[in-house]
Amino acid sequence: MSDIEAFRNDVRDWLDANCPKEMRDGAGGEENICWGGRNWKFRSDAQKLWLERMAQKGWTVPAWPKEYGGGGLEKEEVKVLKAEMRKMKMRSPLESFGIWMLGPALLKYGTHEQKAKFLPPIARGEIRWCQGYSEPNAGSDLASLQCKCEDKGDHWLVNGQKIWTSYADESDWIFALVRTDPKAAKHDGISFILIDMATKGVSTKPIKLISGKSPFCETFFDDVVVPKEHGGGVNAIVGTINRGWDVAKYLLTHEREMIGAGGGGLLGGRGIGEVAANYVGVDERGRLCDPMLRAKVAQAEVDGWAFLLTMERLKDEAKAGQGMGAKSSMLKYYGTEFNKRRFELFMDASGADGLEWEGARSEDGKLAKGWLRTKANSIEGGTSEVQLNIISKRILELPDA
Amino acid sequence: MPLILTEEQEMLKESARGFLDEKAPVSALRKLRDERSEDGFSRALWKEMAAMGWSGILVEEAHGGSDFGFVGAGVLAEEMGRTLTASPFLSTSILAATALNKFAGDAAKQEYLPKIAAADIVMALAVDEGRKHGPANTAMKAEKSGNGYKLSGSKTFVADGHVADRIIVAARTAGAPGEEPGISLFLVDAKAKGVSRERTFMVDSRNAARVDFDNVSVTGDDAIGEIDDGHSALEGILAAGRAGLAAELSGAAQRSFEMTADYLKERKQFGKVIGSFQALQHRAAHLYTELELVKSVTLKALQDLDGAFGMASVTASLAKAKAGEVAKLASQEAVQMHGGIGMTDEYDIGLFMKRIRVAQEMFGDSAYHADRIARMRGY
Repeated sequence: MSDIEAFRNDVRDWLDANCPKEMRDGAGGEENICWGGRNWKFRSDAQKLWLERMAQKGWTVPAWPKEYGGGGLEKEEVKVLKAEMRKMKMRSPLESFGIWMLGPALLKYGTHEQKAKFLPPIARGEIRWCQGYSEPNAGSDLASLQCKCEDKGDHWLVNGQKIWTSYADESDWIFALVRTDPKAAKHDGISFILIDMATKGVSTKPIKLISGKSPFCETFFDDVVVPKEHGGGVNAIVGTINRGWDVAKYLLTHEREMIGAGGGGLLGGRGIGEVAANYVGVDERGRLCDPMLRAKVAQAEVDGWAFLLTMERLKDEAKAGQGMGAKSSMLKYYGTEFNKRRFELFMDASGADGLEWEGARSEDGKLAKGWLRTKANSIEGGTSEVQLNIISKRILELPDA
Repeated sequence: MPLILTEEQEMLKESARGFLDEKAPVSALRKLRDERSEDGFSRALWKEMAAMGWSGILVEEAHGGSDFGFVGAGVLAEEMGRTLTASPFLSTSILAATALNKFAGDAAKQEYLPKIAAADIVMALAVDEGRKHGPANTAMKAEKSGNGYKLSGSKTFVADGHVADRIIVAARTAGAPGEEPGISLFLVDAKAKGVSRERTFMVDSRNAARVDFDNVSVTGDDAIGEIDDGHSALEGILAAGRAGLAAELSGAAQRSFEMTADYLKERKQFGKVIGSFQALQHRAAHLYTELELVKSVTLKALQDLDGAFGMASVTASLAKAKAGEVAKLASQEAVQMHGGIGMTDEYDIGLFMKRIRVAQEMFGDSAYHADRIARMRGY
């Protein structure tokens, strides 16, 4: 037996012995996610137990180094672990912006002290992070951000506002982009700073969207004092002062890959054609009753499948050392546009029933809210237009206007 | 299997590009067209392709081939798409070789595969009878006659039909047009009594023919696949052809996109290169993305043909659906972004538009294949 197959057997045995059966229902959805954090209320004892056991093993963040709370697994091993969890329909023990975003940034740009202080609590689900990037006047042009961070000798003084901060009202800490040098060119005066949300002067306000309640918030910093060091030798700023844009760019690329992949990941569910056939019915030849809709659905399924294969190919290329680079913009662009198209077709197929906003029949407008929510896919994490700009400049090498 | 080319396949691609750029660039097609070449392709080039192992890319080494598999064949088709190379590669090296490899008896394999590998023969596949692709619509008759059959009917859009030495023909031994069962495939000598051929000059300056069959005699030994159940063999052969065409379309679309992107960087209007205009940048970036999708589906279909031939029909349809649609878009955007010069015969971009139009139609256009996938998926 190869090493990887032996590993697979061990993983399977361990998971089977340790995953509570309540956590094996394959349930996704916001209400079932475990986000962790200081104020986290576990939905069940099983959720708590599952997190503790996985964290103990380092498998909430299987690819991170063991010394920082991870599992120290190789890429192939992580794949095996994920595959086995999927097979047994196990829920993810923990999700968070700390895992997806801050962790990778610290692993790449952080000092040992920063990693040692911040990574293990992320892995254990003890500290929940949010991301402070966008501002009311810095959206697509993120680098024009103005949130002020002044050097006051022994501390930083932060004043300004962030927007679209997901779960800011439930998070313990924030990693944010702030302007540390207002005189420098716009990309050169930005720093990447870590702030405790419990600090005096930090406040949040939720934002309601066209799709209803949302995790998004506005976050305000009003004379917020941030110590230069969060404990001995732990710098509050990640990477070099005034070079925060490097960290941000790295994370944005990372985020794009995730959002792009997420758009496709939803395809794992029922196909558009299957859903449409269910809603509008099929004729005596087994074809969707609405021929115009059928044509659009068939075309969309071709494109969706082609997109999934493209994610697979780019991942395989990246593994073979060809790197993904700006191609993540392509995935982000196509994946999010495709997801919008998919939900438009769901709405077309579901007709009047899909328009109900309240009540048990529609699960409180689940489809309609989902449809509206997809409209943000091609805005958040860099708009489709920004992605097209990136492709034009970085891949096609077309000149600036 | 990872969705990337192996090192060997990458090397094949590289050597193919060098060879084609030198021996069969777009100007070679232009020359064949302007000279109204009898054959419509260069026999010398076809022989050189044999020496390179290309004509026998799907033929096993025992029969003199290079046995590189479908991914290898697709790599070549893609490169030939970039240079619009006219050759019997699709008809003979992909379609006929697949028919023989997968569905013919040993005698036929012994006889024809070495000839394919040596480029001593041109073979064609005759399926369609009407304007639009539809193998199940086969109406051509194969009536029992003594030990064999008599073929009567008409075929159209037969690639390399007018120069082929042998033609693989789909005919009906049972059932009615519109039904999949009842179709049989026969290997027919193109010079047999009752076969008449009309070369059809097509928009892409490549070879095609209408072929009429008037009581043409064949024997049971000439059958490829099962009598009355030729449809499943035909779908297998078509899957190979569709994936090959998807690869060719991918190559042609990529090349016309490259020419367009280069043009955007050099053409100046309003005192600036036009590639600095966002209206054009976004269209180019979108097209680039679509072309990346085409690469993925094409490689997937080719890998499936190598790995699980019987299951590859659906991804071959996926590839043909996506490649056909995107290649059309690429050629349309190419002409538009080139502006007036793109409309001139002197400039190559128009030749790409013409070839793409033909290749996307052959063996089912994008709508045909999207519909086929929808039916397979139960809606």
